[in-house]
Amino acid sequence: MSLETEVGVFVDGVLNYFSTTVQQGAQCGTPHLALNDMPELADYTGVIQVSGKRTGLVAFTAPKSMLSVMLMRMQETDMSHENLSDLAGEIANTLAGNARREFGQQFQISVPVLHPDRATALPYPSASRPIVIPIDWRNYHARLIVCLN
Amino acid sequence: MSAPRHRLLVVDDSNVIRRRIERANELPQIEFVGAARNGLEALEMHALLHPTLVTMDLTMPAMDGAECVAKLVQRDPELRILVISALADKLTAIDALEKGASGFLCKPFSDRQLNDAMRKLIGD
Repeated sequence: MSLETEVGVFVDGVLNYFSTTVQQGAQCGTPHLALNDMPELADYTGVIQVSGKRTGLVAFTAPKSMLSVMLMRMQETDMSHENLSDLAGEIANTLAGNARREFGQQFQISVPVLHPDRATALPYPSASRPIVIPIDWRNYHARLIVCLN
Repeated sequence: MSAPRHRLLVVDDSNVIRRRIERANELPQIEFVGAARNGLEALEMHALLHPTLVTMDLTMPAMDGAECVAKLVQRDPELRILVISALADKLTAIDALEKGASGFLCKPFSDRQLNDAMRKLIGD
């Protein structure tokens, strides 16, 4: 599978997630490789570790305000830190899990983990370059970070 | 309005998803009776609450959904289980059905898709 096709799998997943879950479409900006600087993280980052035929991670990072509005759109009233963390993890989980439609059962994913700190880099696999998919939803900006060997 | 005939247990490690499934249920035949965060909790809750329907995530800590489906069906062959998972490949769905699940709904899902799947689950 080409890199372009792989990225397309995740872009399709993002678009489907927003239109289905919060009934308001998102737009994805141009995906790009993080070459010199590691991708900037937002308030909440959910991380899925990938193992099996591919190894690495899938992470969804978003500001608190965006996740709060998403919860509201889902009729959720609990805007606690725990629920915001939970949503970031669940989005990462859903986007990584959906990728198995193309990558197959050997694309094994972990349960979501909340990355504790914006200032600390994600645990990228060595000798790999993260792909950043910018996500625009309403006036908010999030990122999906995919880093696979 | 008909009285609830089905007792629903929701199993998912995400609190957001557990609460969303509880809220989204529009079927008067289905009464929400409890929620569990993983397969081990689900087995305990099943013994305590005697649900007739279960929604089951697959990727969970402690005991995953596939193992839990097999154990629940062994314990209660009449139990109807709807697997709700982000794992979108066909083999995962087939595996869940072979272990005894009655249906499979892929995440992400809309409230309407959830209610349609629940309606099918109870044969309405």
